[in-house]
Amino acid sequence: MTNMEKPARLDVEGLSLSFGGLKAISDVSFSVEPGSITALIGPNGAGKTSMFNCISGFYKPQQGAIRCDGKDVSRLHPPQRAKMGFARTFQNIALFRGMTVLDNIKLGRHAHMKTNLLQALTYFGPAAREEVELRAEVERDIIDFLEINHIRHMPVGALSYGLQKRVELARALAMKPRILLLDEPVAGMNREETEDMARFILDVKEEWGTTILMVEHDMGMVMDISDHVVVLNFGQVIASGLPHEVQQDPQVVAAYLGSGDPAALMKRLAGEAGMA
Amino acid sequence: MSDFVFFLEICLAGLGSGALLALTALAFVLIYKATRVINLAVGEILMMGGYFFFTVAAGMSLSAWIAIPVAVAGGMAIGAVVERGVIRPMLGEDPISVFMVTVGLGSVLVGIVELVWGTDPRTLPDFMGTAPVFIGEAYVSRKIAISFAIAAVVIALFLTLFRFWRGGVALRATATDQAAAYSCGINVPGVFSLAWIISCGTAAGAGVLLGSIGGISPTMGAFGLSALVVVIVGGLDSVAGALIAGLFIGLLEALTGTYLGGEYKLVFTFGLLIMMLMIRPYGLFGTKEIERL
Amino acid sequence: MRIATANETYRADEALLQTNVQWAWIGVLVVAMVAAPFMLNNYWLYLACLVAINVASATGLNILTGYTGLVSLGQGAFMAVGAYTVAWLETHIGTPFILNLVAAGGTAALVGILVGLPSLRVKGLYLAIATIGASIILQFIFLNWDGVTGGSRGMNVAPASIFGVQLTTYFQLYWVLTPIAALMVLGAANLFRTRVGRAFIAIRDRDISAEVLGIPLLRYKLLSFAISSFYAGIAGGLWAYFFRSVGPESFTIGESIFYLAAVIVGGMGSILGAIIGATFMTLVPEVLRFGVEAISPYVDNAGTLLSPVRTVVFGALIILFLVFEPQGLAEIVQRIRRFFHLWPFRN
Repeated sequence: MTNMEKPARLDVEGLSLSFGGLKAISDVSFSVEPGSITALIGPNGAGKTSMFNCISGFYKPQQGAIRCDGKDVSRLHPPQRAKMGFARTFQNIALFRGMTVLDNIKLGRHAHMKTNLLQALTYFGPAAREEVELRAEVERDIIDFLEINHIRHMPVGALSYGLQKRVELARALAMKPRILLLDEPVAGMNREETEDMARFILDVKEEWGTTILMVEHDMGMVMDISDHVVVLNFGQVIASGLPHEVQQDPQVVAAYLGSGDPAALMKRLAGEAGMA
Repeated sequence: MSDFVFFLEICLAGLGSGALLALTALAFVLIYKATRVINLAVGEILMMGGYFFFTVAAGMSLSAWIAIPVAVAGGMAIGAVVERGVIRPMLGEDPISVFMVTVGLGSVLVGIVELVWGTDPRTLPDFMGTAPVFIGEAYVSRKIAISFAIAAVVIALFLTLFRFWRGGVALRATATDQAAAYSCGINVPGVFSLAWIISCGTAAGAGVLLGSIGGISPTMGAFGLSALVVVIVGGLDSVAGALIAGLFIGLLEALTGTYLGGEYKLVFTFGLLIMMLMIRPYGLFGTKEIERL
Repeated sequence: MRIATANETYRADEALLQTNVQWAWIGVLVVAMVAAPFMLNNYWLYLACLVAINVASATGLNILTGYTGLVSLGQGAFMAVGAYTVAWLETHIGTPFILNLVAAGGTAALVGILVGLPSLRVKGLYLAIATIGASIILQFIFLNWDGVTGGSRGMNVAPASIFGVQLTTYFQLYWVLTPIAALMVLGAANLFRTRVGRAFIAIRDRDISAEVLGIPLLRYKLLSFAISSFYAGIAGGLWAYFFRSVGPESFTIGESIFYLAAVIVGGMGSILGAIIGATFMTLVPEVLRFGVEAISPYVDNAGTLLSPVRTVVFGALIILFLVFEPQGLAEIVQRIRRFFHLWPFRN
């Protein structure tokens, strides 16, 4: 793997975000260890996607810091963060419909490329070289890796939902990620597609060594592949730890399933996890 | 005559044309509120209103009281045909595409006017009388005064209808949330048609007033661009904004036109437009759109 | 029937032209363009030059509107900036032809960046309206900055001269205008093989996501304005050398609508589209002229009908294509291509 980047450590410290009077996130702190898979879970409206948007720079939190390897990035614009190695996918697929799969993936590399306007207009020397090198690398490290060879020249609009999600992952991988933010990578997928995606995420962790932070509702998958779990509810961290610890935390169970008989619900949760 | 009275007269004339701007701006607001589309052809529909009136009142020598309703109805008919014919099939498309469709529509209407009535400017037969009106010492052209009054009445009528009439409520509901309005049993496509019909009727009526003050010509559609500035300044979805910004820009154009020269009118208006877009793009009273990832 | 392309290297797969058939078509086109001036009479040469200018400008607008998704009704005004720049340089300084053209493009690009500045705050419809406002303000400047623009009289332009040869006939101009237009089209095509072009398309499709993926929005939107108006400036400069005079009536908002129509009719976001669209829209008035001449024995003053009919037809073309064929003529060409790829089988 030629484009393997050094995985980053991410620290979120005392982050607060509000829209007008509405507090979406209040005083949230957690860390993502380099090279680990950390899952951010919580019921709908807990602030998970808001958290992601803060990390990638789309929202500006009112308080707190986001550190990448100790360096505060919370003042940086999204493109600057992308250049530092923050790569992400989106909850409701954000592929560029006017481009082919290949161009969507290549676009991910934008921040790391050097071709300037004049070179682009002439497609002379460095521009052509950079494009061909990128193409070769994308083919070798990403397209083969994610098994999307057969669709590389297709317009993304023509693809199935599961494949579109995979192309989004491919685009994020093209961003030379040091930390990969996956927003619900398997939402809406069937069992088989979910298993494929889980396998790809594990492969990314193992072969690329990238740090991964993901938001996911599929508890089975979260429990299976993550090293660390952070639970948000009403914009606050209510638990964090190893998957099986979090799973047994009564506060978590209550947050997810409301009040009721915790023992029975935990059993259901465990059962679901076992299935995957 | 004192400078002050002169200044006052300029202001009054400005408010008069401001009322017409506000009335035309209403045509933009109505369509934008219901359908989220900017109809760039409002100015050309206004021009059509002027020519319809001309045809009936001058061409057929009929009374203005017949010609006015005919002009307004003509505008409404254009609105209905355009909405059903080209806007409805674009439902759900990017508003930018629909905007470009209305650019094409404006071009078609200008061409039709040149084909049917020729390119020479014309004056409309007088139906308001010419005896001047005095407010205190200040002289106001009778036509401007009457136009102001009519525009004021129509705008007041609109505000009332919006609030109390069933159709007005349906329009406001559609503006707030199309899907929700639809599931409440509101005939959303019907509302779209209604918005286009009323809007184009209003524009045509404004065209009769504008034409009787300054004459008609195939280029009078440019007035629509000034009215577009009014809606940007006032806020695209705000009736009150259109009213206030209309009067303000009418005043601004009258003052710059008098004290700096007629050629400066448009520069100030469009300079204001660019400034507004930079400082407060959603206008004085418009709703800010929230962007989502 | 063609199954697929079988390229062996990524370089070949990234090339502009992929198949021998495409190379053959380009060859035919080049031969036709070289042969044309010897076959065409003066009137058709005049049209060919006009097509070249319009292709250059439409290609520029296509970069901004078709590829970046920023609708502009200012292309005419940007061309005017280029035309006035050439006229002023020819009259007051007498700099060489190529330098004047580059200056025309550069000045227009600067103005384009200024006009694009509202994209700091607004997009979509609001930005389109800002370009209308900007063209009206520019129009005012052309009319009133007497010392530079010649006010309402406008300016005359000396003929272009290249290697000591004065370009006065359409035959001579053709040999300069067409290669320049072809180079500009090639530049645009190249642009969309690189990261710059991809960034433009990403902004058009989903601007906010594009930002998170590493594209600085404002810089690229302004860049798109700059390139587009650079193209317009050069086209305007060529226009000035072609018509040899510039005035405030030369480039009205109607011209801007003409170029927007060319891009829509040809196909937004397609290099081929802008070429076909500009050619088509330049030739439509000529077809109408034939029509008007045909009816002139029966209708009084048929000649005066031409301009209004043209206005109606341009508007109608915009509407019809947006409603029924939003991908434009380029899509129709693609459909025909696909038909022949599958021929003699059909699906």
